[in-house]
Amino acid sequence: MTPRQRREALEALLFLSPWILGFVLFTAGPIIASIVLSFFKWDVISPAKFVGLANYRYLFHDRILVKSLVNTIVYAAMYIPGAIVVSLAMAMLLNQQLRGMRLFRTIFYIPTLTQGVATFTLWSIVLEPEIGLLNRGLRVFTDHPPGWLTDPAWAKPALVIMALWSVGGMMLVFLAGLKNIPEQLYEAAEIDGAGRLARFRHVTVPMLSPTIFFNTIMATIGSFQVFAAAFILTGGGPSNATMFYVYYLFNRAFVYFNMGYASAMAWLLFAIVLALTVLQIRLGRKWVHYG
Amino acid sequence: MVGTSLTPADEVLNRNRPLFPRDPAWSNYREALTVLPFHLFLKNTLLVALLCTIGQTLSAACVAFAFARLRFPGRDALFLIVLSTMMLPPQVTMIPTFIMFTIPGWIDSLKPLIVPSFFGGGAFFIFLLRQFFLTIPIELEEAARLDGCSTFGVFRHVILPNSKPALTTVALFAFIGHWNDFLGPLIYTQSMGNKTLAVGLSAFKSLHGNDYHLLMAASVAVLVPILVIFFFSQRYFVEGIVTTGVKG
Repeated sequence: MTPRQRREALEALLFLSPWILGFVLFTAGPIIASIVLSFFKWDVISPAKFVGLANYRYLFHDRILVKSLVNTIVYAAMYIPGAIVVSLAMAMLLNQQLRGMRLFRTIFYIPTLTQGVATFTLWSIVLEPEIGLLNRGLRVFTDHPPGWLTDPAWAKPALVIMALWSVGGMMLVFLAGLKNIPEQLYEAAEIDGAGRLARFRHVTVPMLSPTIFFNTIMATIGSFQVFAAAFILTGGGPSNATMFYVYYLFNRAFVYFNMGYASAMAWLLFAIVLALTVLQIRLGRKWVHYG
Repeated sequence: MVGTSLTPADEVLNRNRPLFPRDPAWSNYREALTVLPFHLFLKNTLLVALLCTIGQTLSAACVAFAFARLRFPGRDALFLIVLSTMMLPPQVTMIPTFIMFTIPGWIDSLKPLIVPSFFGGGAFFIFLLRQFFLTIPIELEEAARLDGCSTFGVFRHVILPNSKPALTTVALFAFIGHWNDFLGPLIYTQSMGNKTLAVGLSAFKSLHGNDYHLLMAASVAVLVPILVIFFFSQRYFVEGIVTTGVKG
């Protein structure tokens, strides 16, 4: 290394130092601590006790954990396709060459920004069975609209509907993808006699497949993180119907202070999300076209 | 929503009431915001969100600069590590980090929410800024160096001034993210006086969940600042996402 290169490397080290320190303190250190902790039984107050693999073994016998995992998978199975369809539909609407699209883009994006406790409380009133806006509307068609968050069968769909309200991030990614599809492809397809639906199936979907793939992976990771909405709106109920995995992990760690068990739960979550991502990458080779 | 927030208490549960009350009860807002110390929640939220925004933007810019403009051994491998931290569920590091913050006695304070922001700013922001820094013409940097600019000088006088849109995007995302953050303040703050708006509103909901008119008033009050910020800066949000989306 010449003195000049060494000098540049040292300067780089200086600029990187916040991240390096943060990585050691808040990522690498905690990762190691979390692995170690997952072999212990510890409630923060009394001394930690080594239990070997007992925490991991118990994971599969813990009935609430299994229920929370099933709940999360059911939620993900509704949310992921729903989010892809809704955000793609909104992006295609915004991709029309009409005036005022910037304004609609802004309006469509607002729910994404405001998602959080305030929006959840607003939704708690929209979904309220008696006076809620949704059921006031539904009563036009039926005398017995669903109880939404108070009904174990409807609580998860209600949370999915709420989450589909704020897919603005995915919508913008789709919009960018749509703008990258060359106009000639549509013209060529039209000359070949392709109708609207055929153009969507044979031009839009294949050309957009890398974007669909990216959004699917992001939606998968996101759906396994579902927590705050259930915490605020349902408290995990009714009868644990919205007790999601991360919610149960939170309870184990910060309500019951089972720090070792909760750490083992975190690693199981990591393994599941990693496995799903790898699986999607494998499957992606079959249907994703890179132009 | 706004309609409910202005409906007088005795009318809220009436199924057939109009969506917007004929006689708005503005006093709902005063009542909702004084039942719990919302002025303290606001002060805490502003403190956390502003300091975190400064910390994340500055430190992410430093790190992104090194990845975009400096040559050093192992750069690409290290950048891959930065990106891979995005894959790790936050729950893995959350528990040890919480235990770590008990050592200096920082639980039930705002420090655990603020301090980590100054250490790198997060992989997403580093990535976003690096992509932007790569687009700044290298000639500008070479000219500055010929004029005797140091590496820090290049960062300070060439890169930062030419990246205002990207820096604004990062700052806005950071601010909104911390304004809406729920899990962090939920874990680290306990006493009412230390809560932020998000957890304060959640506490309010569990205490007065059935007073819908008050709940709505409090929610609207928490949402309005975000909408105002968005109204004045919306192009930065949209362009920021599009940049990362296309290249990510």
